[in-house]
Amino acid sequence: MKQAVQKSVLAHVLLVVLSAVFILPFLWLVSSSLKPDAEIFREGLHLLPDRPTLSHYLKGIESYNFPHFLKNTAVICFLSVLGTLLSCSLAAYGFAMVNWRGRDISFYVLLATMMLPPQVTMVPVFMIFRELGWINTILPLVAPCFFGNAFYIFLLRQFYLSIPRDLIDAARIDGCHDFRIWANIVLPLSKPALATVGLFAFLYAWNDFLGPLIYLMDEDKYTLSLGLAMLRGQYVSDWGSLMAVSVLMVIPIIILFFFTQKTFIQGIKTTGLTG
Amino acid sequence: MSRSSLAMGLMFISPCLVGLLVFMLYPVAASFYFSFCDYMIFESPKFIGLDNYGELVHDPLFWTSLYNTLYYTVIAVPGGMLFAFLLALILNMRGRGMALYRTIFFLPSIIPIVASSVLWIWILNPQYGLVNMLLIRLGIPNPPGWLSDPAWSKPALILMSLWGVGGTLVIYLAALQDIPTQLYEAAELDGAHAWHKIRHITIPTASPVLFFTLIMGLITSLQYFSQAYVMTSGGPGNSTRFFAFYLFDNAFQYFRMGYASAMAWILFLVIVLLTFFVFRFTGKYVHYAGR
Repeated sequence: MKQAVQKSVLAHVLLVVLSAVFILPFLWLVSSSLKPDAEIFREGLHLLPDRPTLSHYLKGIESYNFPHFLKNTAVICFLSVLGTLLSCSLAAYGFAMVNWRGRDISFYVLLATMMLPPQVTMVPVFMIFRELGWINTILPLVAPCFFGNAFYIFLLRQFYLSIPRDLIDAARIDGCHDFRIWANIVLPLSKPALATVGLFAFLYAWNDFLGPLIYLMDEDKYTLSLGLAMLRGQYVSDWGSLMAVSVLMVIPIIILFFFTQKTFIQGIKTTGLTG
Repeated sequence: MSRSSLAMGLMFISPCLVGLLVFMLYPVAASFYFSFCDYMIFESPKFIGLDNYGELVHDPLFWTSLYNTLYYTVIAVPGGMLFAFLLALILNMRGRGMALYRTIFFLPSIIPIVASSVLWIWILNPQYGLVNMLLIRLGIPNPPGWLSDPAWSKPALILMSLWGVGGTLVIYLAALQDIPTQLYEAAELDGAHAWHKIRHITIPTASPVLFFTLIMGLITSLQYFSQAYVMTSGGPGNSTRFFAFYLFDNAFQYFRMGYASAMAWILFLVIVLLTFFVFRFTGKYVHYAGR
């Protein structure tokens, strides 16, 4: 008994220390964004600002184009989530609920593509978008979402397979068309799985850097990720403003996390997808 | 199975089928062909046989980038797994407050890569950064220059990657919670100590998950790019010019699409080989319950 208590106390102390280590970078981020320049460039360990200021936030918002980058990112996120949910839930229905010749082999081909590093397809896909005249538009970033994603289709298909087949068969006997079954029965029943997929698609679009880096040329088309990377290149020593823009970019993700914690954790447990 | 159900099935998967053809199967074939071509972006591809691969073998930067990537992968992947596993073990010892700790450890892993990269450049700043301020406070007079020192730049990126192990931690934690407590109780009756329980119950039971995260970790870190692009631009002295970075340079800085495609196929080959070896050498230690 005494040993158990000791162990629990030890675990507790370790956890407090380790979580402090994990929180410190966040603290440093927020604190640096609030420090006036004189305090930022001061040697010695000063975790909290002596005279906090919001000037870096004003600069980030006014002269660093933050609202504009935010708008661009939001548009891309919205279209990505919409396209992903639509195309993947349709395809998952086709793979889980309809029997057709060649279904399983098609599904395995689809799964096999997950092994392929995106670098292999990067160059030809770029050339396709170039032929289409889509370079320097958001289309190369959002259009592929409307054409399915192996991983999300797999995830949704697994969920659909757990829906009782009797329900689908009964609807078919009643003369219900498959599209209506998909829209009126399967979609409402699969809300948790759709939430997971939507969340991951949103997070991917919000965080993506390589895509915007390859396809977006003009600054007024930049996303938050690309914009912040560019600011880092231009204003190398304006740490306060860089930190302020980072804080503004991170806050929506943290808020999102607190509202969707269950979906998040459940999604990662079931899929093994890590951020 | 009727014809109408074939039509119905194809109708549902048609967007995905188009995507598979246009964004996967055609690009894979095209990229394989391009890898044997001299292909500058504004000209049409000219077949040159194995010349790209021959040039790569004699390209010192190719070998440097391969070395950097393997260095990073070999340390960051097992290191991150070990760290996440230890965190999960500690976290699993306590019932109360677990959700809070889990949140704290998990959050860094969903921070946008560019934001965490910019933050860590500042944290690792040799003169004013958090890490060196802490090290000086702990009595280390000359802390490393981190990203500005070729010898420390990769360790710095590995250190930063440990901050992002939260996703792996959540997977491990779920696996640990699935282990039936009777197993531990039976072992305790037989006089097993903590290490015995971890070695003979926890690790074997969690081995499928460990195996899965190892494979995924390998694939992801062989493609390591964004952090290096934002934080170091490949420097100092190409010490952080990773494989995917040099590939990107060839494709989108020098517009050598054929050369970049050849690199992509070598990357694929490395992934396949490493995955194969992991399967071959750890497969027999992976324990599936009920098999």
